[in-house]
Amino acid sequence: MNQRRSRFQIHGWLLLMPAAIFLIAFTYYPTLATLAKSFFSQGNAIKPSRFVGLENYEFLITDEVFWKVVGNNVIYAATTIPISIALALLMAVWVNGRLPMKSLVRMSFFTPTVLPMIAVANIWLFFYSPDIGLIDQITSSFGIASHNWLGDPDTVLGCIIVITIWKEAGFFMIFYLAALQTLSPELEEAARLEGASRWYYFRRVMFPLLMPTTLFVLINAIINSFKLVDQLFILTKGGPDNASSLLLYYIYEVAFSFLDQAYASTLTVVLLLALAIIAIGQFVFLDKKVHYR
Amino acid sequence: MSAIELCGITKRWGDTVAVRDVSFKVEQGTFAVLLGPSGCGKSTSLRMIAGLEDISDGQLLIGDVDMTTAQPAERKLSMVFQSYALFPHLDVRENILFGLKIRKIPAAEQEIRLTRVAELVGLSALLERKPAQLSGGQRQRVALARAFIAENPICLMDEPLSNLDAKLRHEMRIEIRALQQRLQTTVVYVTHDQAEAMSMADKVILIREGQIEQEGTPDELYNKPATTFVAAFVGTPPMNLIDPKKMGQIPALTDTSDGSPILGVRPENITLVTEGGLESELLSADYLGADTIITARIGQEELLIRAAGRVNVLKPRPARIRWQKEDVHFFDRNSGKRTDRTKAVDF
Ligand SMILES: Nc1ncnc2c1ncn2[C@@H]1O[C@H](COP(=O)(O)OP(=O)(O)O)[C@@H](O)[C@H]1O
Ligand SMILES: [Mg+2]
Repeated sequence: MNQRRSRFQIHGWLLLMPAAIFLIAFTYYPTLATLAKSFFSQGNAIKPSRFVGLENYEFLITDEVFWKVVGNNVIYAATTIPISIALALLMAVWVNGRLPMKSLVRMSFFTPTVLPMIAVANIWLFFYSPDIGLIDQITSSFGIASHNWLGDPDTVLGCIIVITIWKEAGFFMIFYLAALQTLSPELEEAARLEGASRWYYFRRVMFPLLMPTTLFVLINAIINSFKLVDQLFILTKGGPDNASSLLLYYIYEVAFSFLDQAYASTLTVVLLLALAIIAIGQFVFLDKKVHYR
Repeated sequence: MSAIELCGITKRWGDTVAVRDVSFKVEQGTFAVLLGPSGCGKSTSLRMIAGLEDISDGQLLIGDVDMTTAQPAERKLSMVFQSYALFPHLDVRENILFGLKIRKIPAAEQEIRLTRVAELVGLSALLERKPAQLSGGQRQRVALARAFIAENPICLMDEPLSNLDAKLRHEMRIEIRALQQRLQTTVVYVTHDQAEAMSMADKVILIREGQIEQEGTPDELYNKPATTFVAAFVGTPPMNLIDPKKMGQIPALTDTSDGSPILGVRPENITLVTEGGLESELLSADYLGADTIITARIGQEELLIRAAGRVNVLKPRPARIRWQKEDVHFFDRNSGKRTDRTKAVDF
């Protein structure tokens, strides 16, 4: 009896092993290693790495670039997330209705998502470039002076935000569209018979029923807003004067340009903590408001 | 004044015509049933009355007011959908009050009406539940409550019982009919089940391929079917439609033989006799409890007989059958229309 039980358990563990190995090797070990590294100083040929306690964290608190980048990231998240989700929902509702050439419109909304980021960045580089770029060509025909959109610290973050919204909205739209198609059209008819306006129906019925999708999209959007690096490589390299640098890009710079892996680890730990807090908050507070069928 | 009047209503989708030139009236406080096989255009007709589908041609009057192009909400009617169309995220109370909240009925009035309607349909104890926590019959009741709380003079129902099991369906039939009588609502009810139509309706409108085949009381449809289609659609089992020419050597069944019409006689009007009548061969029997449905053959024609109690037909055997001349219907062989020129005779 006991022997059979332990055989059972060994079986269980064996079945779990492939997944567990990958999870440990690529998720848990790096996380713990990063955490450990953040308590050590960066070693080099002359000065070996040594335990410094919270020294890296103390430096982080006084690091102006860090706060600048956090500020950028907050602005970036606070604008891209709500706008791209709202746009996605709007487009999905529109495309879900009776529309001539429905599939063509759907496709064109989705195209930005399937394009590789590098190609996207190049297209937008052309739009934004001073004098010869599309935007300047249009504005100059109205007599407005040319502007270096990506070179100006005041406009560069806005430019990155616009690109992100353009790319994400189409992607999120697909999720909303899929959810909308599972809603019975009879619900809308029942509401229409009762005299509900389209807005009332949206507010009282459609939006609440889309909440599971919204939660899913929201989590994705938040994660993406901390994950962005590729556009920055091509368009701005975080400049000018870190005006467009975001957290992950700064971590990359610290680790691979300044070669300070210890401090990069410290930044990573902070990023992971922030993401963990957001995720827990979402599941605890939002889950209660979501109606799952 | 009729509650609802359709004048030459047509519905087209491109080349397909779902409803063709349909006209009928439903009087105030009556229970009208749109009956017909699946795909004949019943739902389309109902949805045009509701305003959920545009009317391609013709005129719709509700309470003598032209409502052909009016918005659904202007038509002052409620509707019960086949799938119930309950809002899954709202509890029973919110589902029932949905319309009243839109129309900003005062909260006190809402409560009074809710209590009354919930009691009427037996939902008082379930107001805080979500639709997913209800049985099929209970969801059906919520849908009914939502329709009746509006106190609209007209209620439309599209196959509201088709998702219920047989026993519940029977109970709900009686309840819906009782509710309608009590509230004096005008109901237009869609079904493909002739038994439902016969038991509930004041008036049946039988539709076939988008056109009205016959309109009348259940009695009229049963006793004076206008066509062979009606004869075969109404009644279980349906009327026997037989061609006297194919019955071989038999005594005369009609007074003349001109035009040689199709002869219709209901299974319940045929009796087994020991002498006289027609010679036939009993082929099989289906025992149903109170009665038995027997399949018999005369010449090349097969017919059904409904006999009281239990009749055993273990292997084909000869028997004599007969019917009264008053129970015979005649239909034109080509058009299928009822004809009263021919008279039946006793044999
Ligand atoms: N939206 C539509 N577009 C085209 N044809 C339709 C549409 N809705 C229904 N039809 C057609 O109209 C006919 C009648 O349908 P319906 O009224 O739903 O029949 P039923 O009597 O079963 O309720 C059917 O042949 C159906 O295929
Ligand atoms: Mg139907």
